[in-house]
Amino acid sequence: MDYQTIIVEEKNAVGYLTFNRPKQLNSFNETMHQEVSKVMKSWAKDSKIRAVVISAEGRGFCAGQDLNDRVVDPNADAPDLGLSIEKYYNPLIKLITDMPKPVLCAVNGVAAGAGANIALACDIVLAAKSASFIQAFCRLGLVPDSGGTWFLPRLVGRAQAMGLAMLGDKVSAEQALQLGMIWQVVEDDQLKAEAEKMAEHLAKQPTYGLSLIKKAIHAAADNNLDEQLILERDLQRLAGRSSDYKEGVQAFMQKRTPQYTGC
Amino acid sequence: MDYLKSSLAAPGVVLIELNRPEKRNALNNATLKELADHLQQLDVDSSVKAVVITGNPQCFAAGADLNELAQLDVVSIQQDQRPLLWKGIDEFSKPLIMAVNGYALGAGFELALHGDMIVAGENAQFALPEIGLGMLPGAGGTQRLARLVGQQLAMRWAMTGEMVSATTALQHGISSQVCPSGLTVQYALELATKIAAQAPLAIRAIKQSLKSIHEVTLSQGLKLERQHFVWLAATQDRQEGIQAFLEKRKPEFRGV
Repeated sequence: MDYQTIIVEEKNAVGYLTFNRPKQLNSFNETMHQEVSKVMKSWAKDSKIRAVVISAEGRGFCAGQDLNDRVVDPNADAPDLGLSIEKYYNPLIKLITDMPKPVLCAVNGVAAGAGANIALACDIVLAAKSASFIQAFCRLGLVPDSGGTWFLPRLVGRAQAMGLAMLGDKVSAEQALQLGMIWQVVEDDQLKAEAEKMAEHLAKQPTYGLSLIKKAIHAAADNNLDEQLILERDLQRLAGRSSDYKEGVQAFMQKRTPQYTGC
Repeated sequence: MDYLKSSLAAPGVVLIELNRPEKRNALNNATLKELADHLQQLDVDSSVKAVVITGNPQCFAAGADLNELAQLDVVSIQQDQRPLLWKGIDEFSKPLIMAVNGYALGAGFELALHGDMIVAGENAQFALPEIGLGMLPGAGGTQRLARLVGQQLAMRWAMTGEMVSATTALQHGISSQVCPSGLTVQYALELATKIAAQAPLAIRAIKQSLKSIHEVTLSQGLKLERQHFVWLAATQDRQEGIQAFLEKRKPEFRGV
């Protein structure tokens, strides 16, 4: 399958989706949205893929929306920016958060606007030391989209979220780590290898169990404790019926390494 | 039965599965007739205390059978047996729980609304898409839905055919519980089992009393409730229930 704007690779049960418009800092145009969506949808259903890595070519990670697609004519009617969000960005964020397997993000360079929030939507974010995150929206009179206003306060707390969203300052990878926005910072030349190592590890873990963990943690953002305790009971009930749980317990009893199949 | 699977899932609890997966459990006349007939049998079978109806993990029932509907003109639709079949389902006197996973659309949604309770999987989606076909819901959809959620939402959903998620359905009282889809049938059966252990005559009186709320005024309803209350005083199960409570033991109800 040939793609114009992304590179897709499947290796050792890991799906690698690499944004590939390096000259435009991997900003999104319609084709890229369609291609990304197609790949993510197929991986969501493909039980052979047990972890996903999102990364990018060139010096940037993703600069969000390609503004060349949105040239504003001062005399024209106001554009409907809600349209592309409804059509593309919101479904993309849902594809990441609903993916029933771990989604890693390897942020290789600047992640700006929607690009930053696509990274924050992923389950585990690794960033190269020279990478950075910018909520650039406020500088254009816009609102952080692609889940930005939902993820930020949950990741870093309201005070930091407000500062990030209203000032639009560039946050270095190290700062992002300190704020709790991301999981890990690695040397630039180690990013690919680290992401691959972690993804291959996760791809051998109990994928179904991991998908339930993901679901529970996302639900916790809206549930109160009572509701969450009930959800944990339900999900544990389901997890306990998986073959990976059986295998895990057996392997432990027999003092051997478990061989998980992901179901 | 061609379109249903029916089994005793727990003591006193019958599970009916709509089983036309290739047609997404579309409720054609034959399916509906099987369902109505089967419920009638279960109604007179005193060993049956509660019934759960479900579809499959992807689909509860995706509507009526459009091929059948397309053939009906104004005359034949007047002579249609379907309203009688729906009436039969509505008159089932024992607790009827709907375990809904996936799509409950059109007649599928209306069937779910015939249940006394709905347990919904989180993948459940309810809608009345009849408007898209130039029709309106014809099995109580507008009536039952409006009584549950009020005129505003019922108008909106019936006029747009919008999908209603399991969470939204719970918020507005369409269902009494949302759970992970893999557990819907289990939880519906657990609910049915809990109810099946209660005094059958009292359960019957509760169902009748509650089902009358849209038929009668409050004062008439209160009278009706009082009549049931008095009438139950003549049952042995009531004596047993109170006595067991006072003696701090579990009651044994016998339906008398």
